[in-house]
Amino acid sequence: MRILGIETSCDETAAAVVEDGRAIHSSVVSSQIDLHARYGGVVPEIASRAHVELIGDVIAEATIEAGVELADLDAIAACHGPGLAGALLVGVSAAKAIALATGLPYVGVNHLEAHLYAAWLADPDLEPPLAVLIVSGGHTMAVIMEDHGRYRIAAETVDDAAGEAFDKVARFLGLGYPGGPAIDRLATSGDPTAIRFPRAMPGEPAFSFAGLKTAVVNHVRRNPDGNVADVAASFQEAVVDQLVDKLVAAADAAGAPTLALGGGVAANSRLRARVAEVAAATGRGVFLPDHELCTDNGAMIAAAAWWQLRANGPTRLDHGTDPNLRLV
Amino acid sequence: MLVLAIDTATPRVSLALGDDGHVVAELQLATGVDRGRGVRRHAELLAPAIRSLCEQVGVEVADVSAIAVGIGPGMFTGLRVGVTTAKILAQTLRVPVVAVPSLDLVAYPVRFTSRLVVAVLDARRREVFCASYRPVPGGVQRVSEYQVLPPGELVAELAGGGDELLLVGDGVSRYRDEFASLERAETAGPAFDAPSAVALLEVATGRLAREEFVQSADVLPMYLRQSDAEINWERI
Ligand SMILES: [Zn+2]
Repeated sequence: MRILGIETSCDETAAAVVEDGRAIHSSVVSSQIDLHARYGGVVPEIASRAHVELIGDVIAEATIEAGVELADLDAIAACHGPGLAGALLVGVSAAKAIALATGLPYVGVNHLEAHLYAAWLADPDLEPPLAVLIVSGGHTMAVIMEDHGRYRIAAETVDDAAGEAFDKVARFLGLGYPGGPAIDRLATSGDPTAIRFPRAMPGEPAFSFAGLKTAVVNHVRRNPDGNVADVAASFQEAVVDQLVDKLVAAADAAGAPTLALGGGVAANSRLRARVAEVAAATGRGVFLPDHELCTDNGAMIAAAAWWQLRANGPTRLDHGTDPNLRLV
Repeated sequence: MLVLAIDTATPRVSLALGDDGHVVAELQLATGVDRGRGVRRHAELLAPAIRSLCEQVGVEVADVSAIAVGIGPGMFTGLRVGVTTAKILAQTLRVPVVAVPSLDLVAYPVRFTSRLVVAVLDARRREVFCASYRPVPGGVQRVSEYQVLPPGELVAELAGGGDELLLVGDGVSRYRDEFASLERAETAGPAFDAPSAVALLEVATGRLAREEFVQSADVLPMYLRQSDAEINWERI
């Protein structure tokens, strides 16, 4: 069964054709990073407008790359939340339009669930339960995936998302946008133990990054001539410490034998290394999807749609979007 | 030739289906109505409405041979739904698409007048989208720019013009008090509040005959407002 998956929840306009929730036939991502860079973050109105401009070409490219006609597919899926309100409308409207024109079923997909299913695109034999860390500019949560369609949020951020913290600190340090890759790069030449930034909410099933951001700002104001690479490395270490500790605590509590990562921040090299390390040390399996599968893409939408279609059938056409949609 | 006309520039979904220039079905739905199943907005209403319109007529959506769409100015959320639906339908069915500004579709149905027609749509944030039109044989001709401005400024502009006016569109009732000060002005009334998909069908039929199509990729909402005005990002 081949499904077209459309993703427009934030600043990537993406479409992909995936077979049986596992085999990627095509995956096209048109990033809007350049459009948002001068503002130091995603501007919702600019993102929504860009999606309307890009969506047609992205869908056409995904079908051409896969060598299929839309009418030959088995279902059309789109992310219907959570995400930016105006941006979500574009992908969902496009998917429904194709469903109307072809008579194919429409499947509305939860963006967070899709990040979980990205794992199956790289490892088709993966079996739940999994402990998954979803970290991006919009989300930070540790999820226990007990089985297909059965999730539990083990820890969630109480303020900023981790990616947001990277962007804000990078902007403050004058490193540009997006902040994640910039800090990752600079941190390689810094000392992660140089400054002891706070690790928020120790022992609690929750993340917090707002205080960390403030601590970095205060430190730099007090030490204007300090080494910026040390600040970047120490900040990154504080973020990664918090993420890894809570992922492991969640996996321990749930008895999950496998760890996985999803979301844009999952591309961070320090986070990947530390998760691999801790998995090896605790005898766990580890799953670190490629960068293209961690960041927002259409393939993960198509993959999640396949599982959802099998379990629950198609989504009604009068089902809209929900910017605040929860995983559970 | 089966033509599907869509306008979502206001809090209404307006649809019409035409067959060789004749209107065979018409549908207008209000968004924001909550009858216990949650608020129905453009994103919930449009796709099922298109399917049901075709079913009522006994055709498939795939039988449609051209799409016409109102591109605003108007509600951004409505336009994203309507314009995306129109362009992706056209792209998937490989049929031509005709794009018409929604203000033109507000003015068109009231063209049987000697007055200057002023189409006014509520733009939220204490502003209106507007344009003025002169009736001409077979339609209307726009005689102003498409504008977004506070209703008070529009009233001052119109008062200085000295024309006899016919005011039409949901912006007129929304800012009733401001427009009440205009002398020699008539109001078209709530039946003409929203851009009409039947008007869109009529306008599109002529353009299709003259092959005035646009590429589906080039069909974009007319925003009038700079997106810079929407920027609301926090500094560290
Ligand atoms: Zn994401």
